[in-house]
Amino acid sequence: MLIKIENVTKDYHDNELVTPALRGVSFEVKQSEFVAIMGSSGSGKSTLMHIIGFLDQLTSGHYFFDGQDASHFNDQKLADIRNSKVGFIFQAYNLLPRISVLDNVLLPTIYTSNLDKGKIEQRAKELLDKVGLSHRVKHRPNQLSGGEQQRVAVVRALINQPRLILADEPTGNLDSKSGQEVMEVIQDLNEEGHTILMVTHEKYVAECARRIIVLKDGRILSDSQVFNRHIAKDGLEK
Amino acid sequence: MYLFKTIKFSLGNLLLQKSRSFLTMLGIIIGVGAVISIMAVGASAQNLLLNQVRSMGSNLVGILPGAADESGAPAAMFGIEVTTLKYEDAIALEDLPHITAVSAYSRGRGTISYLNKSNDYDYVGVSSNYINVEDAAVESGRFFRSEEVDSLARVIVLGSQVKDDLFGKSDPINQRVKVGQVSFKVIGVMEERGVAMFQNQDEQVFIPVKTVQKMMIGVDHLAFIRVKVDKEENISLVISQIENTLRFRHHIQDPAKDDFTIRSTDQALDILGTITQALKMFLAVVAAISLLVGGIGIMNIMFVVVNERTREIGLRKAIGAKRKDILIQFLIESATMTLIGGLIGIVMGVLIALAISVGVNYFDYDWQFIVTPLSVIVSTLMAISVGLLFGLWPANRASKLNPVEAMRYE
Repeated sequence: MLIKIENVTKDYHDNELVTPALRGVSFEVKQSEFVAIMGSSGSGKSTLMHIIGFLDQLTSGHYFFDGQDASHFNDQKLADIRNSKVGFIFQAYNLLPRISVLDNVLLPTIYTSNLDKGKIEQRAKELLDKVGLSHRVKHRPNQLSGGEQQRVAVVRALINQPRLILADEPTGNLDSKSGQEVMEVIQDLNEEGHTILMVTHEKYVAECARRIIVLKDGRILSDSQVFNRHIAKDGLEK
Repeated sequence: MYLFKTIKFSLGNLLLQKSRSFLTMLGIIIGVGAVISIMAVGASAQNLLLNQVRSMGSNLVGILPGAADESGAPAAMFGIEVTTLKYEDAIALEDLPHITAVSAYSRGRGTISYLNKSNDYDYVGVSSNYINVEDAAVESGRFFRSEEVDSLARVIVLGSQVKDDLFGKSDPINQRVKVGQVSFKVIGVMEERGVAMFQNQDEQVFIPVKTVQKMMIGVDHLAFIRVKVDKEENISLVISQIENTLRFRHHIQDPAKDDFTIRSTDQALDILGTITQALKMFLAVVAAISLLVGGIGIMNIMFVVVNERTREIGLRKAIGAKRKDILIQFLIESATMTLIGGLIGIVMGVLIALAISVGVNYFDYDWQFIVTPLSVIVSTLMAISVGLLFGLWPANRASKLNPVEAMRYE
């Protein structure tokens, strides 16, 4: 079991006001699964994603990652685990505008110790080639289309060979064609054995996954397998 | 790799906002430039001052009329007439061991004329040993002899500038000049000596001291006496001998009631050195205040930078940057800025010091251009420290940002 969430709650405190975002969520994710988390805004899906991605701490409950209880890791440990075990794909790509595509991809590696610089660059170039961006290595992000930028972000998420890939609305800022390209890449990764957790509010995107968890008001509304899965290569329709 | 990439990234950011970076650096440039140029000018001025004193000759001991406490200067230095030192005192000192030459001094100022040319000059009444005491030499003719001093001879030795002013290219020896109403025979011309003790030595004339006392100003006391000692290590011995001799001659039993003051060139150099050193440091500290102001400018702009790059900070933390990494990144950025500013400031400070030295040398002072490696190293370190110190607060704020909130920041 890669991820085990047990009765996790999360409250946000704003002065005296307590806003519960998660009210006792439990589920498990196995190695090589592709899970979509759906829900309307305010359902707690982003909060859940941040806790699973070690960006935020839970209020109560337990979070086991790769067999370790990660509920109370300190900042240092959380940073390490984000760097080496998790790859993030954000809705707004979050590429640094002033450095090249290659440097963007290599950005996580500057916080990783004991890396072979030559090997890691080689790996970055191979991955960029795999997502069809080998001709864009030296370009700046703003010279790329949205779809291309998101594929760069996917490669950046992969550079440190993480155990888990987290995608937060990966197609949210893209037109349908670019969105389809990005989903193709993500589905390919899953086929290769990567574990993927994706937050989306669009059903046709969620149905590219193998399993969909729906959240409502901080609780799991449903958790089901997708029987009629969309394959992005064959075209995606809203 | 991390350090190299971070420095490269910071430089890229600085270049991206060229005018903003420059304006921010300006405070540091001015601060470091001021420190460097003031340290350089201070060192040169100190050097000039000490050389002026040194150029009088080493191993000199001066005797001034009137008492002085340990720290203060004798009253004679402030132009107050004290009449306790006589010509006979100078004569008495000549017999003391380790003393190679003694000269009495009496001064005045008057109009010196030759034919239809005249001008105001300082005239100095001295003993025949004057040229031995001050290591001076005559260019042509001769200096006066002791018999001429004793016989109140009306002979005069001209400074080289006075000779040029009054005689031009013609030979002045054996010509007669008037000092005030008194007529003198020119017997010699001094070698060119330049400025010493802030007095242009070439713009004065030398007359036997007794002649000055009796015929020019009508006094029987001296302005001061200078004594040349054979070796430096004998100076303190000579000083105590002079004290004993003068106390005996002046009938003084209690040393606290001395009516004279003895100072050696070494003492004078010591005092001057201490004063000028303190002055130099004071000025450098004043200049360093502008570095402080520059540092506040850096801090201000770093807060702006942290604000602008909040999303970047959030991303970096999300992909594994620790607090320490973000802190270091922004410290490197501010230190890079102050380091570059500091280097420009050093170049500017050196250029200013060079310009000043060229300017002062134009006025015939032997002003040396002195920039010590120490001042360059100190300023560079100071610039970097300002960057680190004033970058600390903004960098710390950046490092504490929550990654989720930072990435949402608009």
